[in-house]
Formats: sequence, C-alpha cells, structure tokens
Amino acid sequence: MNHLPLIIKREYLTKVKNKSFIIMTFVSPLVMVALFAVVAYLSQLNNDKERTIAVLDETGVLSDVFENTEYTTYTILTDTSLKIAKELTKSKEDFGLLYIEKSSDPKNVLSRVQFFSDESPSLGIMSSLEEKIEKKLSDNKLFNDGVDLEKIAASKTSITIAQETFTGEKTSKIDSYLKLAFGGAAGYLLFMFIIIYGNMIMRSVIEEKTSRIIEVIISSVKPIQLMMGKIIGTSLAGITQFAIWVLLGSILMLVLSAILGVSLTELQTPQQDIMNEAMQNPKIANEIQLGLQSFFNLPIGNLVVAFMFFFIGGYLLYSSLYAAVGAAVDNETDTQQFMMPILMPLILAVYVGIFTVIEDPHGTVSTVFSFIPFTSPVVMLMRIPFGVPIWQQVLSFAILVCTFVFTVWFAAKIYRVGILMYGKKPSYKELYKWIKY
Amino acid sequence: MNDLLVADSVSKNFGDFRALNDVSISVPKGSIFGLLGPNGAGKTTLIRIINQIMMPDTGRVLLDGELLKPEHVRNIGYLPEERGLYKSMKVGEQALYLAQLKGLSKTEAKERLKYWFDKLEIGDWWNKKIQELSKGQAQKIQFIVTVLHQPKLLIFDEPFSGFDPINANLIKDEILQLREEGATVIFSTHRMESVEELCDHIALIHKSNKVLDGKLTDIKRQFKTNTFEVGLQTDTVEMVTNTIKEKFEVLPSSFRNLNDDVKLNIKLNGTDTSNDLLSFLTSKAQVHHFVEVIPSASDIFIQTVKNN
Repeated sequence: MNHLPLIIKREYLTKVKNKSFIIMTFVSPLVMVALFAVVAYLSQLNNDKERTIAVLDETGVLSDVFENTEYTTYTILTDTSLKIAKELTKSKEDFGLLYIEKSSDPKNVLSRVQFFSDESPSLGIMSSLEEKIEKKLSDNKLFNDGVDLEKIAASKTSITIAQETFTGEKTSKIDSYLKLAFGGAAGYLLFMFIIIYGNMIMRSVIEEKTSRIIEVIISSVKPIQLMMGKIIGTSLAGITQFAIWVLLGSILMLVLSAILGVSLTELQTPQQDIMNEAMQNPKIANEIQLGLQSFFNLPIGNLVVAFMFFFIGGYLLYSSLYAAVGAAVDNETDTQQFMMPILMPLILAVYVGIFTVIEDPHGTVSTVFSFIPFTSPVVMLMRIPFGVPIWQQVLSFAILVCTFVFTVWFAAKIYRVGILMYGKKPSYKELYKWIKY
Repeated sequence: MNDLLVADSVSKNFGDFRALNDVSISVPKGSIFGLLGPNGAGKTTLIRIINQIMMPDTGRVLLDGELLKPEHVRNIGYLPEERGLYKSMKVGEQALYLAQLKGLSKTEAKERLKYWFDKLEIGDWWNKKIQELSKGQAQKIQFIVTVLHQPKLLIFDEPFSGFDPINANLIKDEILQLREEGATVIFSTHRMESVEELCDHIALIHKSNKVLDGKLTDIKRQFKTNTFEVGLQTDTVEMVTNTIKEKFEVLPSSFRNLNDDVKLNIKLNGTDTSNDLLSFLTSKAQVHHFVEVIPSASDIFIQTVKNN
C-alpha cells in the first residue's frame, strides 16, 4: 500500500496550519523590511551629523585644502599655540583639532600631523584628511620641481579593456560581480533552506518519538515511507513559506520604496547627485549598460535547471541526515553532538564557495569541492554562473544522487531502529550497531 | 486451519543480544491469547515482528495460513504499550488519518468513527486537540483507532493502563464483544487478574525463550499439585490435626472463613483420590470447607520464571 501521498499531505498541512509557522511566514518579511528601513534610516542619521574640525596649521600652506562640506565645517586657527588651540576647541565643543606641526628641516614642510578629539574619529574622516594633505603636498612638490600640474591632469588617460570570449560573448568586470552575486545567492539560499527546514524535519521526528505515536504509525506504514513523507511534506511547506516570503517581501519593498522614496530623495541629495553624475558620466553609463548585457549573457537556462537539480539533491541529502539525527535522540538538547558532523561540511561548502570561487571559479579547490557530494550543491551552484562544462555538472550531480541514495539508506536504517529506542542518548558506536540490525 | 496466527521458530538478534530464541506460538481463531513474560523477556519484539515493524532473523510468521506480507497490516490492529497521538492534531482529523493509513477510505472511516464515538459517548471531542484531553480520554481514542478497521487480529499491549476501573471495564467488555464478533486477540499484560479473567490460551516467554504455552485450563491442570483446602469443625483440634498429619502431607493454610477450627492444605499421595480424603475427614470431624487448590496464573508465572 502506498501511503506516501497521505503522509505528505498530513505533514504539509500540520506544518502549514501551525500557528507559529503562519506567524513566521507573515511576520518575518515585515520584520525584515522594517529592519532594513530602520538601518537605512539610521545610516542616514549618521551621515547627517554635522561636525566642526578646528585646524591649526603651522606651515601655512595647507589652509586652503580644507573646504567646508555639507556636514563638515573647518575652522582655521592662526597665531595660537597648540595648548590654547586645544582648549579653544574643547570649550567650543568642536569635534576635534587637527594639528599640523611645521618642520625644522627645510627639506620637509611638516614633521608630523596630529588629531585631538574626545571620541576617536572614524576611519573615513581620517583617511579623507590624510588624502587632502598628501594631495596638496605632492602637488606642491611637483610645482616646486617645475612640473606643470595642468599637463599632468591633461596626460591622464583612461583605458577599459573590452573582454570577450573566443566565442564572441562580451564580458566585463561587472560580469564577474554579477555572476558572483547570482552564484552566491543560489548557494546561500540552499544553505539557509537546508538549515531551517532540516531542523524542522528533525523536530517533527522527535515530536513523533516523544508523543509515542511512532509505533502506532509504523505498524501501518514502512519507516522509510514515513521518513520520505516527512521530508517531502516539510519541503513543500518550506517552499510555500519561501514563496510567500519572496512575494510579500518584494511587495513590501515596493510599497516602502514608493512611500519612503519621496522623503528619501529629499534627504538623500548627495547620493542622488552622485547617481545623476554617474548617469551623465559616459564611462559609468557604459558600465551599467555592460552590466545589463552581462545579465543577459549569464547562462540563465543552465542556472535555473542546475539550481533545481542541485537544490533538490542537496536538500534531500542533508534532510535525510537530519531525520536520522531526530530518530536517534529523544529530545532536542541531545541533538548537539550529532549536528556538528552535518553542519561542518555545509559551512565548509559556503566558505569554500565564497573564498575560492571568487579567486578562481575553475581552480583546483573549487573544482574538487564542486564534486564532493556534501559540498557540491553549494559550491557548484556558485560556480555555474561562471560557466561550468555540462559534463562536469552531470558528473557532479550523478555523484550527488549516488550519495543521496546512500544517505537515505543509511538514515532509514538509523531511523528504523532509532524511532523505537527510548531512554539514553546513543553513542556513535551504538548508531553503527543499529545499521547492522 | 484453526490457528489465525502461527509464529514458527522465530529468532531475532540485536547485535550480540538474542532477543528471541526459536520461539513458536499458535494463536487459535477466536481466542484471547495471553502473551506473558517478565520485563525484557522479548514479548514486545515478538509483537513487533507480528506487526512487521521488524523482520525476524530466522523463522516465519503466518497469518491465516499465509506468509506475512505488507498487505496484512490492514488485518491487524495494534495497541502498543508505548502509545500516544499527535498532541496538536484534532481528534477527528487524527483518527481519520490513522484509519486511512490502515487502508480505510475516508468516507468509510468517517462512518465507523461516528459509530464508535456515539457508542463511547465522546461525539463532542471531534474538534478537540489531543492535548486538551485527559490521558484516559486519549486512550479511548487510541482504542477506537486500533479496532476501527475491523481487523481479524487484535494485539493489545497493556490495554488497561491509564484507565480508571470504570473505563477499564468498558474496554474489557468491548474486547470481549470484539471476540464475539469473530476477532482473535493477543493480549500482553503484567496484570495477572486480567489474564485470569480474559485469556483462554497463554504463552510465557522468559529470557528470549518460550517456556510455557497452551490452553490456560490445561496449564492449570498441569500445575495443580492435588492439594485440597480443608476447613473442619471439631472440639479436639490437636488430635484431629495430628491424625491427618500422620496419613497425609499437610501444609499450613490461610483462607478466611467464619468458624472453622482447623484450616489445612492437604496434599494427596499418588494413589489417593479426593473421595478417599473426604471420607477420611468426615470420619474425624465436621467438614465445612473442601476445595481443590487450583494454581492462579500469577502462581504459574512466578513458579515458571523462578524454575527457569
């Protein structure tokens, strides 16, 4: 008798009708979007903070580089000692004092530059100040050596290497970023999906054990049917949840940007300006165009198909292990020791994906890891946007399927014995024995 | 074929541990078969093998003359000792689900559930969650789910645990009625008084081996020691006691009654009959009480387990 559809239906409906699941499904996107809005708003606030920086320049040549901007005002102090300047800055509650000490050595203009403040200044402020001083000093040097600065400016040339594959597809640097983003998103999505819904499967197995219904059920159905029904039912619930998240999230984002967009433009003039500028700049406009082009250059068909296959394969591989862990223990606190060996390869996959695929998507490390079944779903998904030969994908998937069959067999063995075991937490040695029962 | 279920030389190992060693039982059709044994003897393993939760390492199990196969689950109803229901699922939904797993169609299951819910007067529980019910109430649901698909073979493992005496009686009557309707029952319990009350056949498993089986009356006959419980009235207690002791083997007795002066358990020798004893006694004193001592299921259990 095939009860699989019946079990899937029950698992799906119980998950979907569960109150906390419903709340999670509908509240999470709201929370995420709200969080996003808050972060955006806060960073806005941060930028808005106006500050005054006092400058005491003993050399006298740098005063004209400190031009006031919207958020930073420079007060140039003259004819005071450092001590008085410090006190003055402090009493005026300015953000800080920049002290440029004149050098006694005629070869150098200054001996050192110091910044005094109550709060330690951000890296951004420091590097912008350093940059200003460096620029001015090096310009001065060039000028003193009789170099015409205008000529230097005129001599600046800009080269963009047009990349093209032998088959004639145009590529660009943006292309690589885009590929990375797509691959990374796909790999990371799988990672998240496995962790969230793998845990859900595990908990539902434990629930059946603690509620002692398991023996009633498996006197009617085979344990492997129950396990597969659980995995599939929970996955369908997961896909439903994900779909709702994506849908709701994008709707909210749209609504939010429509509402906030108006006020954001008012606040965000600097950024807006940069964008406008960028659009007018032919080089950047060109890159945006290239970016669009590279999007259409992505192996989208391949990506979608491979995503489905590797997603399902990888998910089933891991979720069967989660089910086995659930069957082996009595309560959730006991799962820790068995979770490590499951999480390790998964985390490894994500790190390998992030660090080696960026470096060299077709290098030895990333290639090897895209064949090892426990890491292949994540790593391969990250590699595919860069163009992976079909034979590699097929081979990797074949290995994945073989391993998946093995882990399901293995998990079913553990599951079959474990669901009837109550009491003490089993050791790895005992798990090994169960396989032979 | 008079046996509904036959287990033939069934053995099962868990690693190095032998849980069942060459165990054979035959459960006659229409009987209530008591499967007895101390904790950890292997009863549950045998029951799980019958339910195809486990496969035996060697040996075979026949149901109604056929080798056990997956389709047979719909002919068996099993109430395990470790039992429970999905706590957050509604009673009706859950009962329907479990019934469908046993192969009933949804409409059929609904109809039968309605019948049982009316019969046990629990119709208003349909939309309650299991966690809202008491343990005894949940047990009732569990019982209904076990018998709903009208299986030929019912297996109850400690069916009365968790029930108050009233409900335990109710369930006992239901079991008896199911037997009247043609079901065969395997009944595993440690409560010997219910074995006495219900079972007509028993098998005793001890340390993975079957050590005893057969009709309960036959077993009792086998275990009786030709001992009679006797109560006498006399003025000369000591003299009467001594004369009896000279002729028969006498054990102290402690049955209760109103006014007997001498209370004894008297064991007959090989050739004597009960009539010989009775006529001997009547010549010595007034006989008020004369009963053959029949070993209880509990006695048989303890004696067998101790001797093995």
